[in-house]
Amino acid sequence: MRIGLFIPCYIDALFPEVGIATLELLERFGHDVVYPRDQTCCGQPMANSGFNADCAATEALFVRNFSGFDCIVAPSGSCVHHVRDNFDAIEQTPEVKAVRGCVFEIVEFLHDVQQADAFPWARFPHRVGLHNSCGTLRQLKHAKSSELHEPFFSKPMDLLSKVDGIEFVTPARPDECCGFGGTFSVFEEVVSTKMGYDKVTDHARAGAEYIVSADSSCLMHQQGCAERIGVPIKFIHIVQILNGAGA
Amino acid sequence: MTSAPPEHETPMLHPELRTDGDPDAIVRRGRRLDHAEGTSKPLKSRREPQPRGAKVHGNRPIDQAEAAARFIAAPEHEKMHDERLWDLRQKRDREMQAIPEWEELRSLAAAIKEHTLTHLDDYLEEFETNAQSNGIHVHWARDAAEHNRVVHEILRDHGAKSLIKSKSMLTEECGFRHYMASVGIEVIETDLGERIQQLDHEDPSHVVVPAVHKLRTDVAAVFARTLGTDPENSDVHYLAEAQREATRPLILQADAGMTGCNFAVAETGGFVVCTNEGNADLSANVPKLHIAAIGIEKIIPRLEHLAVFVRLLSRSALGSPITQYTSHFRGPRAGGELHVVLVDNGRSKRLGMAEFWTSLKCIRCGACMNTCPVYRRSGGLSYGATYSGPIGLIIDPTFNARKYSNLPFASTLNGSCSNVCPVKINIHQQIYAWRRELVNLHEVPLVKKVAMKAAGELLSRPAAYRAAIAAGDAALAHLPRFVIYSGLNAWGRHREMPHPPKQTFHDWYKANRAEKP
Repeated sequence: MRIGLFIPCYIDALFPEVGIATLELLERFGHDVVYPRDQTCCGQPMANSGFNADCAATEALFVRNFSGFDCIVAPSGSCVHHVRDNFDAIEQTPEVKAVRGCVFEIVEFLHDVQQADAFPWARFPHRVGLHNSCGTLRQLKHAKSSELHEPFFSKPMDLLSKVDGIEFVTPARPDECCGFGGTFSVFEEVVSTKMGYDKVTDHARAGAEYIVSADSSCLMHQQGCAERIGVPIKFIHIVQILNGAGA
Repeated sequence: MTSAPPEHETPMLHPELRTDGDPDAIVRRGRRLDHAEGTSKPLKSRREPQPRGAKVHGNRPIDQAEAAARFIAAPEHEKMHDERLWDLRQKRDREMQAIPEWEELRSLAAAIKEHTLTHLDDYLEEFETNAQSNGIHVHWARDAAEHNRVVHEILRDHGAKSLIKSKSMLTEECGFRHYMASVGIEVIETDLGERIQQLDHEDPSHVVVPAVHKLRTDVAAVFARTLGTDPENSDVHYLAEAQREATRPLILQADAGMTGCNFAVAETGGFVVCTNEGNADLSANVPKLHIAAIGIEKIIPRLEHLAVFVRLLSRSALGSPITQYTSHFRGPRAGGELHVVLVDNGRSKRLGMAEFWTSLKCIRCGACMNTCPVYRRSGGLSYGATYSGPIGLIIDPTFNARKYSNLPFASTLNGSCSNVCPVKINIHQQIYAWRRELVNLHEVPLVKKVAMKAAGELLSRPAAYRAAIAAGDAALAHLPRFVIYSGLNAWGRHREMPHPPKQTFHDWYKANRAEKP
């Protein structure tokens, strides 16, 4: 499959190892992966703040970069949610619709498209707390939400369970938002950081050595909160574990 | 100078005071000190003052974030509030798990409400006709002022000087108590939480549990001031009893009673009020005159539809299977009079808003507030509006887009509110839509507007963006800590900055996948 690799701006600038792990993992499954060099962002920061018109040029650039791939894969749930569900500042031409229709978050891609059933190169002998970001949980439906009456399922848990040595801990409030929320994290920084403190404390109390998530933005916020209040816990993106980090 | 007694000496201490493992004991050379300093407990610290709500300055935008920060700066209050409401959410989950058809019930409730709202004129007329034939006087009020005037006229016609009432968010919307005070009629709230709020001259902070932001010591202080109770006694039974003793005589002597309404049934012309204290029954049945304020969106077509909503309401609200009292009012009791006031107050306008009309499905259960991680840590009064929490974010701006322009931003868009909503309002999507709407209405701060425009321009120009990324990383790596963590940097005030990597993914790819396009 010819895959367009979408590395969101903050991952490119702050978490290159997450981008590298995504690329290598897709290559391990034999895909032809291309990272369009002119990519920047999907427009989500402006859109979530209500400034839809200010996303138009960014969305147009995104379409120019990602047109023509079999599918587009990104290691970020909220960005995929934006492209799939809210990307409407530009005219919805067949090209735009095609791009929006073939974008996948990496966990979805591995679970639903690749149907990966083994990660023999991966080993992670640690206790981890899984943080389902709100974008992946309630928008992309990676897993059952605690609010809904439906049978249990969890795509990230399915994938991680195939990694040798991993052990899960369950925090008291498993799918409470961590408080990142995009621009919320700076415009409402007191509430945002209080939520972050509570989140990392909850995971630490449950005995987690690592918090693992499919969203680096949540992890960046949680790490900043944990370091500030001195909670000794580490953070890792799910794709790094699946690609064999720490093995 | 005294020296410590020899080890073998029996200390001069009454056996009762010899509490092994006492965390406050001061121990020297393996022995507890037994003189005054060693045995006295430290004095209790002063109780944490109750954080007050948002500062309201006329029509100026409410600063929810400022009020929320003050709530969080009162850790006893914030912790109690968060845990108390999370407990309600967990009870709600347990009740939900016990009902296999829960999701089907939600869909049914949503469909009934959507059907009713799209045929509202017909059902309102049906309700009016049937209510009148039951002997109920039906009044219509276009807005808050008309509602207050209509109720005042009814009271005046009966020479009523005092009014007991049960909790009603609609009367809060209408500023009813203030109006009644201005025309010299005494209003006594009969819901305990609402009475506490009335005595403290505060609005309710939650649609179901109006005083949930108060510690019992706060209530003790309010009652000491207003009812003359012992300010040091915050025992809940003592406080509840004192309030009961003070309020019951007022209830027995009241000239008129008022209730709200949870559901008004078009087919019967009757209405239903759900309470846990039975106070609606007192308000409706003790005086001869009963007035009910009913928002026009409270209509449901048939009695059988009530079965759907009653199963959902209290389970969603408090995690109990049903409210203690579900009182049906069909007509006036013998020798009495029953009036209903059907109130619009902005509802017709909302019904015409393509993206926001389904907010009228709301049955005021408060489940979205209980689950909201922002609400739980901010307190309901931080919103400075009649409706707080997620449902408030989408209803309040319909009343005043300028004053409540900050509220839709007091959300992480996590979506938990939509998932718990018993009538399936897409609350978080409407919050998102309100942000767009407020930008269109130019009701957002200039600084945000400038920042977003700049971001949009930068992110659409790859070369400029690359240069900015490089500069940003360099800044993170080289700026001294006091700049990064200054007040100018909202990220760093209460959390550490991310650690900049040696190279961006973009540069790594260029170096490691040179053969790729």
